Amino acid sequence: MTPRPLWIRGGRIIDPAAGMDATGDLLLLDGRVAECGSRVEGPADAEVAEARGLVVAPGLIDVHVHLREPGGEHKETIATGARAAAAGGFTAVCAMPNTSPPIDDPASVGFVVAEGRRAGGARVYPLGAISVRQEGKKLAEIGEMVAAGAVGITDDGHPVMDSGLMRLALEYALPFGIPVADHPEDLGLSREGSMNEGLVSARLGLVGKPNASEDIHIVRDLLLAELTGGRIHLQHVSTAWGVEAIRQAKARGVRATAEASPHHLILTEAAVEGYRTDAKMNPPLRTDADVAAVRAGLADGTLDVIATDHAPHHYDEKESAFDDAPFGIVGLETAVGLVLTHVVGEGLIDLPTAIERMSPSPARAFNLPGGTLAPGSVADVTLIDPARTWAVDPTRFLSKSRNTPFSGLELTGKAVMTVVGGAIVWRDGG
Amino acid sequence: MSRSAAAAPALGKDLVGIEHLGARQITSILDTAEPFKEISERRIKKVPTLRGITIVNLFFEASTRTRISFEFAEKRLAADTVNIGASRSSVAKGETLVDTARNLEAMKIDMVVMRHWASGAARFLAERIPSSVINAGDGAHEHPTQALLDMLTLRDHLGAIAGRRVCIVGDVRHSRVARSNIFGLLTLGAEVGVCGPPTLIPPHMRELGVRIFHRLEEAIEWAHALNVLRLQLERMEAGFVPSLREYNRIWGVSRARLAAASEPLLILHPGPMNRGVEIDSDVADGPHSVILEQVTNGVAVRMAVLYLLAGGRPEKAEAAKAEEVA
Repeated sequence: MTPRPLWIRGGRIIDPAAGMDATGDLLLLDGRVAECGSRVEGPADAEVAEARGLVVAPGLIDVHVHLREPGGEHKETIATGARAAAAGGFTAVCAMPNTSPPIDDPASVGFVVAEGRRAGGARVYPLGAISVRQEGKKLAEIGEMVAAGAVGITDDGHPVMDSGLMRLALEYALPFGIPVADHPEDLGLSREGSMNEGLVSARLGLVGKPNASEDIHIVRDLLLAELTGGRIHLQHVSTAWGVEAIRQAKARGVRATAEASPHHLILTEAAVEGYRTDAKMNPPLRTDADVAAVRAGLADGTLDVIATDHAPHHYDEKESAFDDAPFGIVGLETAVGLVLTHVVGEGLIDLPTAIERMSPSPARAFNLPGGTLAPGSVADVTLIDPARTWAVDPTRFLSKSRNTPFSGLELTGKAVMTVVGGAIVWRDGG
Repeated sequence: MSRSAAAAPALGKDLVGIEHLGARQITSILDTAEPFKEISERRIKKVPTLRGITIVNLFFEASTRTRISFEFAEKRLAADTVNIGASRSSVAKGETLVDTARNLEAMKIDMVVMRHWASGAARFLAERIPSSVINAGDGAHEHPTQALLDMLTLRDHLGAIAGRRVCIVGDVRHSRVARSNIFGLLTLGAEVGVCGPPTLIPPHMRELGVRIFHRLEEAIEWAHALNVLRLQLERMEAGFVPSLREYNRIWGVSRARLAAASEPLLILHPGPMNRGVEIDSDVADGPHSVILEQVTNGVAVRMAVLYLLAGGRPEKAEAAKAEEVA
């Protein structure tokens, strides 16, 4: 079903890929951007969206989400996750394959693609597993998974410990043009850990994950990308040295991209005080110095993309002793507000740069459609009200899960309309 | 001994740790324990102070001496008690901690004494039920009554805590006893050291204001008292130390090592001891060992904590114990 033409008028159009930041109109026709400019006329049958005072951006893309289906439907489904993404202003998400069973063959990739299409929210692009059953032993059918719709491969959730296998993955992925995404963590150093290793863990009597457990695998992956000429995508970088290692590797020409997650840009290990399980995630919240380095990395482009690592968990699972609680927080419906308030609002980067890190840059990292409003591109658009003040209320999330450390936080800036393929998939109710 | 009767800051609903207690609160518990010591010396070791109060001893980890010490403290104050033991495996299959707590609460109890394998478990429970929660050890976090009895014993022998040097020897990394002692002793103005192989000492301890020794000889030279921790066999199996034999030869508290000290050191051990591993028998049984006094003080300290959490005033403890069981 082709949606009616959509004529978005009078907004501040920020299209970093085209170097555009000006008031104008946008016309979406047949699922594509038809025209974008200071004054665009629309057909008589067009639906009009008045965007005065709003930012009109190419659809935001989150390259790191866990949709939990199959196997974890009590936490999230592809349908609820895709709708939560739309409600957060995202027009596309990349679903991680660490489901049960994991997404490690073309049939299961096809399942995620099909469920994503049916969801009617953000577009869902699956990543396939690097290894069969994510066991870290033998490559999965990477070529077949790409043919079925996988946009990358990763063993996120069960990171590859065998450097030899990681090398093979980087080499084997080359002809398919996809990145190998890694959750960099040396489990030998961190397996028992439940938070950052530091003064707070020493006081609370919790086992820590030292920065070195992340740094070692970031450096390993960069060296392997250099060795193979492959494309490495480093997920949720949280350490100061990790950022610096990526900066140096990029300067040498290593093909690397990297993520910063909103929580690692904003929170420190202090959020764990009181054994708050909603501040338990992996990699863990770290120190002030690490947060400062992640912020600097985002500002100078060492960290290319903002990705949420949306990790829904059921209430019962987080309502437990800290060690027993699972890792992760939901992120799709808070990301825009957090970035506008605590990254742009605090002057770290300007709004066009923030949009660059959330749309064209993630699109480039995973070769995804979108990321621009240039005529002919997919009609994926996010409208943001940069002045809207709101408080995070998890009971209003479209996600099935509520596990966020940001509950009650007042934020300024909110996505108010999400357009996928020219159709409005979400519109803020009030 | 007459101590200040000025109202000490109340303990609040729970005792989940020492870290957030002030010096006056800690001193007040120790002072309250003093009169309770005498009850255990009587022929009829019972006062009616907690008559009608229901206490559940909820032990998710095996414990003999802590559980029995609490039980004696409760019974000597005439409380009604129920013991629940649950191993990790049986709990993992069944009820969550929050459901266990709610079920207990539904039976209208007044206090829960809990031992649990997870750091933070006592606080978790305390935040979810209106009953008083006493932490009898949570993971590697805190074991507040153990630290209180250690401090009471130190005070008895050293005259004061402030200005004294206490070194905790052994597996500090995994020890809730170590953390509670560090917090309490620092709050009371002691100098605190920890000593052991670096694999068993978290490096960030230094930032707490603790002195770190890796050689026992240096710790002995520095300290007035040693609190020697049990080295559990599984630490060796997990690779933190190569062998118990080597541990004893390098970090074991022996008479020969202690002989180098200019003044005799007071020797504490929270028990149960591995004789010949972290402590040699002639030290444990020697003239400066106060290990059995710790056990005796444990009952008095726990009586004091129960009394205070039940609403008792420190200055009324002397009068409370004068009552007779009807």
